[in-house]
Amino acid sequence: MAGLALAGAAATVPAVGAMGYIAWRGVPELTREFLTRAPAAGFAGGGIGPAIAGTCILLLLTVAVALPLGLGAAIYVREYAPQGPGARAIRLAVAALAGVPSVVYGLFGLALFGIGLQLGPSLLTGGLTLGLLVLPMVIAAAEAALAAVPRSQREASLALGAGRWQTVWHAVLPLAAPGILTGVVLAVGRAAGETAPVLFTAAALYLPHWPRSLTERAMTLPTHLYAVATQVPGVPAGRQYATALVLLILVFVLNLAAIILRARFRRWRQPRKKEVVSLHDVHRPASPRPPGASESASAGGRTRRRG
Amino acid sequence: MRETMAAALVRLAGWCATALLLAIILYLTRESGGMLNRDLVLGPAWDPVADPPRFGALPLLAGTLWVTLGAAALAGPVGVAAALWLAEAAPPDAAAAVRGTLELLAAMPSVIIGFVGLVAVAPWVQRTFALPTGYTALTGSLLLAWMALPTIVTLGADALAAVPARYREASAGLGATPWETLTRAVLPAAGPGLAAACTLGLGRVVGETMVVLMVTGNVPVAAASPLQPVQTLTATVAAEMGEAVQGSIHYRALFALGLLLLAVNLGLSWMAAGLAGPHRQG
Repeated sequence: MAGLALAGAAATVPAVGAMGYIAWRGVPELTREFLTRAPAAGFAGGGIGPAIAGTCILLLLTVAVALPLGLGAAIYVREYAPQGPGARAIRLAVAALAGVPSVVYGLFGLALFGIGLQLGPSLLTGGLTLGLLVLPMVIAAAEAALAAVPRSQREASLALGAGRWQTVWHAVLPLAAPGILTGVVLAVGRAAGETAPVLFTAAALYLPHWPRSLTERAMTLPTHLYAVATQVPGVPAGRQYATALVLLILVFVLNLAAIILRARFRRWRQPRKKEVVSLHDVHRPASPRPPGASESASAGGRTRRRG
Repeated sequence: MRETMAAALVRLAGWCATALLLAIILYLTRESGGMLNRDLVLGPAWDPVADPPRFGALPLLAGTLWVTLGAAALAGPVGVAAALWLAEAAPPDAAAAVRGTLELLAAMPSVIIGFVGLVAVAPWVQRTFALPTGYTALTGSLLLAWMALPTIVTLGADALAAVPARYREASAGLGATPWETLTRAVLPAAGPGLAAACTLGLGRVVGETMVVLMVTGNVPVAAASPLQPVQTLTATVAAEMGEAVQGSIHYRALFALGLLLLAVNLGLSWMAAGLAGPHRQG
């Protein structure tokens, strides 16, 4: 059993260590100038302002693509055709898309938007590509959020004579909104760190001015980290760590926001949910389970008592 | 009127996922212009700047295989052991902390993991094995194994938690020790779920680009040992796509590599679904 605990530690301790080390080395370089200035003197001076701006623009485009399409697809699958062959095909496609490597999305984005629609490598091409990349995530999250809305909510609305769309818009979506929002924030967090698909659809290695147009290349945070870490020799180590730290903070703030949203969503939904006791639960010895303790935690408790 | 319009729009959005999958396959096939053939897959050398240029994916496939198998050999046992600990033995507080950390690790951008590899893991590999360079297949495997752990551990723990309580009770009732119960009753019952978790973790590893691009050295020669530099399929696409002239043989060959990668990944995710599917029903 001690060996198993060791494996648990091996899975987690290096992650915490790496984050701590990046923070320790990066914080001294995190000045206001570093965050807001454009790079200067190759990479040795100035800051990473344009890269932060480039990434923010990409993320806005990502949401603009993924939210309407993903939400629409989820509404179709959940509210309009839940049993049909269409819904099955969509679920299969979403599962398959989730396994497609991000670099393949990059190739596709370049072929479709960059060359097919003649947008070239640009912020627009990169944003559209990232939007499609996170689409399966948004669809899955939105579908789960819609599925969690009680049936009675729809029935009450339909009984009042509301149409299907009116029901979705006024009765279902308001309840599902926090869950959908959580999914979108998580998707944005994923898009923020994506590097390979941005590398040849949107990124400029060194462009020491602020992004001017959606049809131009721009610097982005993850590709900037890649560049200073591998492509350009002699960038001071502190600046590399600080760039990594800024990206890490951006991604973690987004994930933290999603976790908080999810917790709120759960607490807010709790009173409407009846305590469900399944046959499975009856088999268990009555153990005082702390509220919110996970299934695995209670299973672990049982094993230990018996041993 | 509004109802019909809404229904039409929603239906349209609904089909976008299916259309996207088909469009990806279609565009990759079209842009590769028939380059995905036997000569490419079994070609022994990859050298786009030679005269004449050579586009054989065999060394790249070997690179991907080295890195992926290494990562699987490292992450599989550790991941399953950690999942067992998480599901069966961990105190609730520790389990919650580990799950939280794994969630953070899963969210960490791959370029940051590659950066950690550059500054910490590659120098360590070089020192430990007294190598001329720390950029080796093993370095990539170590980092990818670390990346695959969140998937393997959390999904594996879920598979273990889904084993019916009566299995454990029957085993304990026969006088088995907790360890015997774990290895003889719980582990076999959760086998398919654990295999699916490992396959999904592996899927993430095969398609991973930035980490291998940053730490495996990018030498497109089939390596004889994991302590040599390699170049993977993904790293080749990411490194060379920016320079390839649109429509050239190089460009088409890179799209063919993308198509190859897509086929491998779709195969893996269907395999994982097949492994997990019957288990969930039962």
